[in-house]
Amino acid sequence: MKKIEAIIKPFKLEDVKDALVEVGIEGMTVSEVKGYGRQQGHSELYRGAEYVVEFIPKVKIEIVVSTDDYVNKAIEAITTAAKTGKIGDGKIFVSDISKTIRIRTEEEDEEAL
Amino acid sequence: MEINYVIDTFFAIFAMTLIILMVPGFAMLEAGLVRTKNVTSVLTVNVMIYAVASMAFLLIGYEYAFGSWDHQDGMSKWAFFMFQMAFVGKVVNIMSGGVSERSRILPLALFTIAVGAFIYPTIVNITWGANFLDGTMLDISGLSDLAGSTVIHSTGGWALLAAIIIMGPRRGRFKNGRIRVIPASNIPLVTLGAFLLWIGWFGFNGGSVGAISSKENADAVALTIMNTNTAGLAGAIAGWLLTYFRYKKFDITMILNGALGGLVAVTAGPHLYDIHTPILIGLIGGALVVIAVPLFDKLKLDDPVGALSVHLVNGIWGTLAVGIFVSEVSIITQLKGIIVVGVIVFPIAWITIFTINKIFVLTAGDDEQLEGIDATECGIEAYPEFKRSI
Repeated sequence: MKKIEAIIKPFKLEDVKDALVEVGIEGMTVSEVKGYGRQQGHSELYRGAEYVVEFIPKVKIEIVVSTDDYVNKAIEAITTAAKTGKIGDGKIFVSDISKTIRIRTEEEDEEAL
Repeated sequence: MEINYVIDTFFAIFAMTLIILMVPGFAMLEAGLVRTKNVTSVLTVNVMIYAVASMAFLLIGYEYAFGSWDHQDGMSKWAFFMFQMAFVGKVVNIMSGGVSERSRILPLALFTIAVGAFIYPTIVNITWGANFLDGTMLDISGLSDLAGSTVIHSTGGWALLAAIIIMGPRRGRFKNGRIRVIPASNIPLVTLGAFLLWIGWFGFNGGSVGAISSKENADAVALTIMNTNTAGLAGAIAGWLLTYFRYKKFDITMILNGALGGLVAVTAGPHLYDIHTPILIGLIGGALVVIAVPLFDKLKLDDPVGALSVHLVNGIWGTLAVGIFVSEVSIITQLKGIIVVGVIVFPIAWITIFTINKIFVLTAGDDEQLEGIDATECGIEAYPEFKRSI
């Protein structure tokens, strides 16, 4: 089992969700997050004084899938849907999951996904 | 005679009601310009000011300012009192707004009593009232100041300047010689507040003409309100153009401050101008705000709502403007009025605030400011369901 975390631009959430549903991924968890990358935020102006917004609002989605085939499909779907080609499109992280339990039925691992 | 008495009484009460719209006006403007952690305390202070300053004026200040309750016979004396009472809180509002996010409420209430019972009535006494300086070198009763560019706005502005110098900036506002921007938390509230103030200004200036029950007076009132509005329009346009040309951005907080700057600037003589002069006065007033706000930042005078720029700078400009644009009014008399009021208010406010701050600690400590005045003083957050910004 693998977990895919993707940090994306908030307005791309709908597109990414639709793309993931299309390749057969049924569930996801979404959170509103803030962060910065190589750009170190961006600057804004307030009452004649410039200031840096260090943490830019982003959306983080998390999905857990059973096979490498799904991992590749998900990565492709997210990359295509979330890409604008401009700075700040985000990142995808993939990691191993050692156990999954569905709380309602207590099913485990692949059964629980 | 009797019908004039009735109409002028009604007019004073109506103008007073408009002015009271400035209470929510200041409250919403300030609630929008401060961070979410200080909104409840700012609102509490605004309600406190209306109650305490008006009460102090009722019990002490009014008689001190005008000598007695029976000093005029054109309208009901209760209506005249209500109209005058509507102004007093504004002086404190100007001061409290400029030191918001870092002041404790109870010591501020003590200063409010001082303003309502003594400081503001002193200035009214020597300008519009009984005039205890009559015949002395400091006599400024010749000052032409219809609704208080100097008497109200500069008075509040001088008190604020003293307060900012004594209390210092908000925690972390100036770090290692750099200016740290603290953006407004709620722009819709700022806009609502500024427009409530704008509407209140019609009563503020229109009512100050004093009577409406003859053709001449009705014309004077209508011209006053029209010129007041025109200066506000010009101030907004100046703020709009200047922020765009200087920063390539439209800053709504500066546009609204520009409008308020224009309104303050026209307040000294809206009944004396033709219908085009207020455009120039308002444009300059709005421009002064756009120039003065970053200037006060550079001087490390931390003013979260721009009250120094709006009220003190434009209070002075508006008072001078009457001397410049109205041939019967001497600019020397206007200048003398500005200086005498400054020389009286600034030291008295300084001593009062300094003493209150020494004994009762007006300035909230770093820890309290970090936590937010809402939590430490009120125990009620304005937006408990929202996450605090980092």
